[in-house]
Amino acid sequence: MENEKTDQDYTLVNELNQDFKYDVSKQPGGENIKYCFACGTCTASCPVRAIDAKYNPRKIIRMCLLGMKERVLASDFIWLCSNCYTCQERCPQDVGITEVMNVLKNMAVREGHLNPTILRQVRQIASKGRLFDVDEFDNARRKKMGLPPLKDGCEEVRRIFELTGADRYVEE
Amino acid sequence: MKYALFLGCTIPVRAQNYELSARAVAKELGIEFEDLVDFGCCAYPVRSASERAAIVFAARNLAVAEEKGLEICTLCSACTATLTEVNEHLKADENARKEVNEHLKKVGREYRGTARVRHLARILYEDVGTDTIKSKRKIDLSSLILAPHYGCHYLKPSKVYGHFDSPENPRTLSELIAATGANVAPNIPNSCCGGAILGVNADITLAMAKTKLDSALSSKVDAVVSICPFCSVIFEDNQKKVEAKFEKEYGVPVLFYPQVLGLALGIDEKELGFRMNKVKPKELLAKVSTEAA
Repeated sequence: MENEKTDQDYTLVNELNQDFKYDVSKQPGGENIKYCFACGTCTASCPVRAIDAKYNPRKIIRMCLLGMKERVLASDFIWLCSNCYTCQERCPQDVGITEVMNVLKNMAVREGHLNPTILRQVRQIASKGRLFDVDEFDNARRKKMGLPPLKDGCEEVRRIFELTGADRYVEE
Repeated sequence: MKYALFLGCTIPVRAQNYELSARAVAKELGIEFEDLVDFGCCAYPVRSASERAAIVFAARNLAVAEEKGLEICTLCSACTATLTEVNEHLKADENARKEVNEHLKKVGREYRGTARVRHLARILYEDVGTDTIKSKRKIDLSSLILAPHYGCHYLKPSKVYGHFDSPENPRTLSELIAATGANVAPNIPNSCCGGAILGVNADITLAMAKTKLDSALSSKVDAVVSICPFCSVIFEDNQKKVEAKFEKEYGVPVLFYPQVLGLALGIDEKELGFRMNKVKPKELLAKVSTEAA
């Protein structure tokens, strides 16, 4: 039947993780999540939400408070936050919404859900120290314009990824 | 006025017109830049994967400037916010500072919290000042109408910027534009360019760019003025894609503020990198050269 729904379409109480909101609030940036009173200023202010209803910060925070851990961390929508901080500036409860979204992305990554585009960018930075390669051609072009050369590659950056354990997220 | 110039990733390979014009106006206004070859990516793209690594990463850049005893001047707004947020966080949290320094020690660096970070536009506003800009003006840009695009991270999160400008009704860039003699159109509204999610969902970003370009078109501006390479990549490099997707012609030039300032200071347009602008500001430059004649 066309309209037949499955368990996937419902929130099942036994799937809720009551600890999730505490886990979020223990992360730097997630401390104030429990102060949310669902006024919706974030969603009303969000420039991404104005284009696509898939991204809804109030709903995401509500889902966190309800304990919908898997649905939040495995979702596509947490990666749609454009980090503009408009919601965070306007939130009357200082929830720190942009920072909460970043906490959720970091938690998702630890659960193995790193968005593929972000993964490519982070891999590039981990190996080269920069988002874009700088080769001899770039430096020759810069020299022609009277601009100083850039260093390609950075051993210190590679080492920082190892030291902080972030290298395991970007392993090929 | 001496600063360590922090270029970040995008500007030195994709937006050299910003770099060229920033260096040219700095020279004209008595700002000295030192290039530190050990600066790398600011850490912004790393944050969504691992804030923990990003903090060490940003602190390394701060430590590089501290070693020279210099304040950092940024050109990219995302770099500005990332470096400022990490700097303020580490200055306030001794335990976090200790943890970061344990890592940095192993790469031969130490973070002390002595380097300040400011965007070039803020430095022009606070250290040079609009009066000085007005007094050094050689060419009248009063034939131009320009719309400021503040973007996000020049102003926000406002708590780390000491509230130097309002995130809701900003004015510093508008005043800097006015100081060149040009007419200031209303701010481009709802300022996020959508650059951060271009790679995640380009359709959303292009639709966000459309709302901004529509606003520029209805204000009949000669150009949008940007102070961030991300914003320019979205409004300028992707303008053709917006035109194709929404079947609408824009042809709105997007200039970096130092390019506009450079024109007013009488710097040759060749030195300001205009030929690298993707949407050619031909009419605008023609208006300015008529003024100069």
